[in-house]
Amino acid sequence: MFKGLSRNDLILLVGFTAFVLLMPIILKPVGAAYPALMQKFCIFGIFAIGFNILFGLTGYLSFGHAAFLGVGSYAAVWSFKLFTMNIIPAIFLSLFFAAIFAVVIGYVSLRRSGIYFSILTLAFAQMCYNLAYSVLTPLTNGETGLQLTLRDPRWIDAMFHEPGAGLPRATLFGLDTSGGGLGGFYLCAVILIICFYISMRIFRSPFGMMLRAIKSNQNRMRYTGFNTRPYLLAAFVISGMYAGLAGSLMAATDPLAGAERMQWTASGEVVLMTILGGVGTLVGPVVGAAVIKYFENIFSSFGPDTLHGVFSFLPDTIEDALVSFLSLFVGEGWNLTLGVIFVLLVIFMPGGIIEGLRRLWVIFTRKRDGGDAIPAATHPQPAE
Amino acid sequence: MDAILLQILNGLDKGGAYALIALGLTLVFGTLGVVNFAHGALFMLGAFCAVTFNKLLNLESVVIDPTQKTAWGTPLEVRTPYIEAWLGDFGKYLHDYSVPASILLAIPVMLIIGIVMERGLIRYFYKRPHADQILVTFGLAIVIQEIIKHFFGANPIPQPAPMAFGGTAYVGEFLGMGQTLAYPWWRIIYFLFSLGIIGAVFAFLQFTTYGMVVRAGMRDRETVGLLGIDIERRFTVVFGLAAVVAGVAGVMYTPILPPDYHMGMEFLVLSFVVVVVGGMGSLGGAVAAGFLLGILQSFASMNEVKAIIPGIDQIIIYLVAVVILLTLPRGLMGRKGVMED
Repeated sequence: MFKGLSRNDLILLVGFTAFVLLMPIILKPVGAAYPALMQKFCIFGIFAIGFNILFGLTGYLSFGHAAFLGVGSYAAVWSFKLFTMNIIPAIFLSLFFAAIFAVVIGYVSLRRSGIYFSILTLAFAQMCYNLAYSVLTPLTNGETGLQLTLRDPRWIDAMFHEPGAGLPRATLFGLDTSGGGLGGFYLCAVILIICFYISMRIFRSPFGMMLRAIKSNQNRMRYTGFNTRPYLLAAFVISGMYAGLAGSLMAATDPLAGAERMQWTASGEVVLMTILGGVGTLVGPVVGAAVIKYFENIFSSFGPDTLHGVFSFLPDTIEDALVSFLSLFVGEGWNLTLGVIFVLLVIFMPGGIIEGLRRLWVIFTRKRDGGDAIPAATHPQPAE
Repeated sequence: MDAILLQILNGLDKGGAYALIALGLTLVFGTLGVVNFAHGALFMLGAFCAVTFNKLLNLESVVIDPTQKTAWGTPLEVRTPYIEAWLGDFGKYLHDYSVPASILLAIPVMLIIGIVMERGLIRYFYKRPHADQILVTFGLAIVIQEIIKHFFGANPIPQPAPMAFGGTAYVGEFLGMGQTLAYPWWRIIYFLFSLGIIGAVFAFLQFTTYGMVVRAGMRDRETVGLLGIDIERRFTVVFGLAAVVAGVAGVMYTPILPPDYHMGMEFLVLSFVVVVVGGMGSLGGAVAAGFLLGILQSFASMNEVKAIIPGIDQIIIYLVAVVILLTLPRGLMGRKGVMED
């Protein structure tokens, strides 16, 4: 299972696993150790890892990845409604449908590259979104969103036991995953680790190398006789399935699905997460997803009152001015902060957090060694 | 026949808006080589220029008149907008025509915003990959949008069209068909207005020396630079011009669609599709595709069509874009060598 991974990779994998599993303890000091938030970290981490397989390795910027997330959510909720509240069939159904969508959309979109690819994926995602809101209402329940009801058949569940009172909860063979407890978190965490492992294998495989070669010079690949399109399509479908998986986990932890998950702002969010963490790095996307969700959680719960509390030591006039300025960025204005981060990041740190840490590391080690510089990146970045 | 003509009319005003935004996008792309995802935000900013102008005109002085009582027995408050108190009838007139009049406010404001945006941010991205340009302008669009949301709230703010154009026109009369084709005046005005702006932009590029230099720069930037012309400065002005075009398009659109903070994004996505269908870097293509897609969209929303293919009105534009991109890689009128992959 671990053949072909270098020692560094193994350390990374073990460290990552330990960190994710111990999150309830590690994140306590920063106030993020409650399951509802941590499972968000995991779900969006999966989403971003998948996106990174496409964007990080091949350089194809998809602006429609949220469509797969939405498809995954709908498929999972339908599985809950029709078959059983067990999440295993729901996950497989989501993967299946996300893969089908990804094959179709990818087959068409990958005929073009660059900005045309971005627009094509965006067009497809918008089509899905618009249809989900209008004609497909019987399937998607339109604006209200798809929810569980007491009248759902749940054939498989009905065969084994009588339906209890009230809405049933999503379970993994009896383990409650939708209650916002640790069960849901550990489910997501284990899947995140598996996803991380798969992505690591892809990164280190000849297939991953091929994708990187496509990013650095697609024409040369073609001249040497490789047909690049099957590789691209495979990457696209894998990354679409990751998104579908994330969507099904969203439904597993909270069994409803709405069309707004498919909107292109949601696609933009995953792009931001990946870039914030570091495009083309292994842990970057997860870090980016966690950072964004963490700050979203903190910032959007801040109000002017909290700010007044924080700055109460200042003179009143300065305090009022400062608070009224800062209140632009918190609470409802969280998206503004997000946009500002986005802009600053692309300008000053296109490599993301991981690249920033690497630079810091270089500065740090150089001082210790007394001017003996260590090369910045052990893996040379492919030329844009 | 009537139904078909009506749908064409329906498509023209929306098509006009698409064409104006797409024109600016193409101008920016053709000159600066930058994919500007914040262009929709400029359209939205224009619309909010109209909102601001209207708000300014609506500032009122409140005088409490103790001699008169309202029905509830409280003293009557006499509210007069300052503008009417100062300017009399002209003030009333101005108030009525606040939307078209706010173009006068929008032009300098948008020009300044455009130039500041270009000098402050976009110019650092000429040489960066398109993905970076998309990302940074996308972030900028979010920032602009959220600032507007903070100051104007999340709800749409309806703007009145001038009284004289508030009613419906019988277009059939112009065509000698009697009292048919009832259609809102303002939408017809919008279509004519968009034609005017498009004509003005083309005339500027075609018949002025300045425009000639810009066109030369679009073709071969380096040679123009070698001839001793400061092409960057001209391109900055072109960016400002594109911002103005998007802005006035937004101003005039407010009576048709009450502006809210995310209207820009909706139009941006569609306008990008329009640009791609028209052909990256082709101004004529952008305009033609804008009207074409506007009209197609209105045909697709006919009940007869929807009965055959449900939901087609929601996706027709994207569907057309997909088909065109796959069959005509350069779009309808794309130039050779622009954004070939």
